Amino acid sequence: MSTPSVCPVPSTPRRKLNETLMALPSSAIREFFDLVTASDDIISLGVGEPDFVTPWAVREYAIFTLERGSTTYTSNRGLLELRQEIARYLDERFGLSYSPQTDILVTVGVSQGLDIAMRTLLNPGDEVIYFEPCYVAYAPMIALAGGVPVRVDVRYEDGFRINFDTVEAAITPRTRAILVNYPNNPTGATFTAEECQRFAALAEKYDLTIVSDEVYAELTYDQPHFPMPAQPGAYERTVLLSGFSKAFAMTGWRMGYVAGPPDIISAMTKVFQYSMLSAPIMSQYAACEALRRRHQDVPGMIESYNQRRRYIVEGLREAGLDCHMPEGAFYAFPNVKKFGLSSREFCLRLLKEEKVAIVPGGGFGAIGEGYARCCYAISIAQIEQAVEKIARFVKRL
Amino acid sequence: MDVILEILKENARTPNEQIAKRLGRTPEEVERQIAQLEKERVILGYQAIVHPEKCEDNLVTGIIEVKIAPQRGSGFDSIAQRIYKFPEVKLCYLLSGAYDLLVIVEGHSLKEVAAFVSERLSTLEHVSGTATHFILKKYKDFGVIMQDVETQERLPVIP
Repeated sequence: MSTPSVCPVPSTPRRKLNETLMALPSSAIREFFDLVTASDDIISLGVGEPDFVTPWAVREYAIFTLERGSTTYTSNRGLLELRQEIARYLDERFGLSYSPQTDILVTVGVSQGLDIAMRTLLNPGDEVIYFEPCYVAYAPMIALAGGVPVRVDVRYEDGFRINFDTVEAAITPRTRAILVNYPNNPTGATFTAEECQRFAALAEKYDLTIVSDEVYAELTYDQPHFPMPAQPGAYERTVLLSGFSKAFAMTGWRMGYVAGPPDIISAMTKVFQYSMLSAPIMSQYAACEALRRRHQDVPGMIESYNQRRRYIVEGLREAGLDCHMPEGAFYAFPNVKKFGLSSREFCLRLLKEEKVAIVPGGGFGAIGEGYARCCYAISIAQIEQAVEKIARFVKRL
Repeated sequence: MDVILEILKENARTPNEQIAKRLGRTPEEVERQIAQLEKERVILGYQAIVHPEKCEDNLVTGIIEVKIAPQRGSGFDSIAQRIYKFPEVKLCYLLSGAYDLLVIVEGHSLKEVAAFVSERLSTLEHVSGTATHFILKKYKDFGVIMQDVETQERLPVIP
């Protein structure tokens, strides 16, 4: 006698995903992104990338390397040719001395550089001091690497300048690193030479590593950029993160690099080797060409951003918004508190009523609440329309 | 180059108020500076860049290579002057290489341009030869690409 076969009752798998990941809030900007994408005919000041297409000479060179058949893996650290170009650039432009052989690692965007820096530097429970408002990935990257993000707020009232007493008060025996970003996304503030020196002094005093995201270094308008590794005593303690996305208009190529002391770079290369193997060769060759051509391509773009920076800030102020003049990057971060709406509500209504997209400041950290990020990497004509619409909108509030 | 010139070369219709805001100057300053540039003939004029196939003027453009025998004393200049004074001549350059002057002539028909070359240009004293090329299609003029070529794929919101 045979028993009839019974279909097993389907059960829901009881998945147990990574707890640290599950505990992370999802990006507040995501919700806003979905709303904006669903609307038509909007003027978006919500972007975070140049409106320039990568210069044709760079694109054409990448096509050439494809045609000649450069389609392989490269050295884990990246093409030596590219590391040499990066070393030459860092030396000529910022007076930094890095060896292409041992001190530079080519990464897939600055985001990956940040990720592997954290995975390299941190043991479980190590603390990393970072500053809000900031790029959305900082705290999650620290947490996912097993670290503990320790937030220090930077305030509009202080002109978005760092309060070093607060920084020092946040340092504990578990503090391993300080993560900085200047010129800053979203505030547009940057560091003076003295501020850089104070970070370097803190790192020395407490034996910390500075992870310095300087991807907007070229986009500094009123003062030169002071690279962290150039500060007295900082070279041995700094991991410099940078890349090609912003100043070279190459976001989609995903090209970044890390420069630092050889022991850290060597350890980071190990993480990179197991997780990525090598950055895309086509993008690496394009980056070589972008560096060789930087004197032709970059200054015009910087001058253009500088003009738009003055134009948008003037326009926002005329519209009745309080706004610091950004010192770098391509974002203005006006204060919208006096209109009595949360920044989310302000941005949602502006989107709905005037079809202008700006990003609620709360997405860049709690201290960003009451502000909104306006990217001015769009045409002057669009900026003009956007500020007119913003002016009309706030008059109604 | 003055940055005002760069802005006007990119778009000559940029309002003075906008230039002022972009450069952190006052509109009065900008107006004064532009007037000065015009007075010094740094700025020679303002023209629109027109899509040749959309403006319906049906103009024919001839590019003419002109070989000339330079004259004692005035070199190429006096003969160039005799050529560029014709209103049909829109452009006249002295070049290095196989011929001497590059002349661009506009007319309402092939016949009109050809007649200008055969009757007025090639018959000039000291002109020893011409070669005429007619433009069939303009892909790019004054730095402007005629077709919309670049695609805009930017995401509207990026952190």
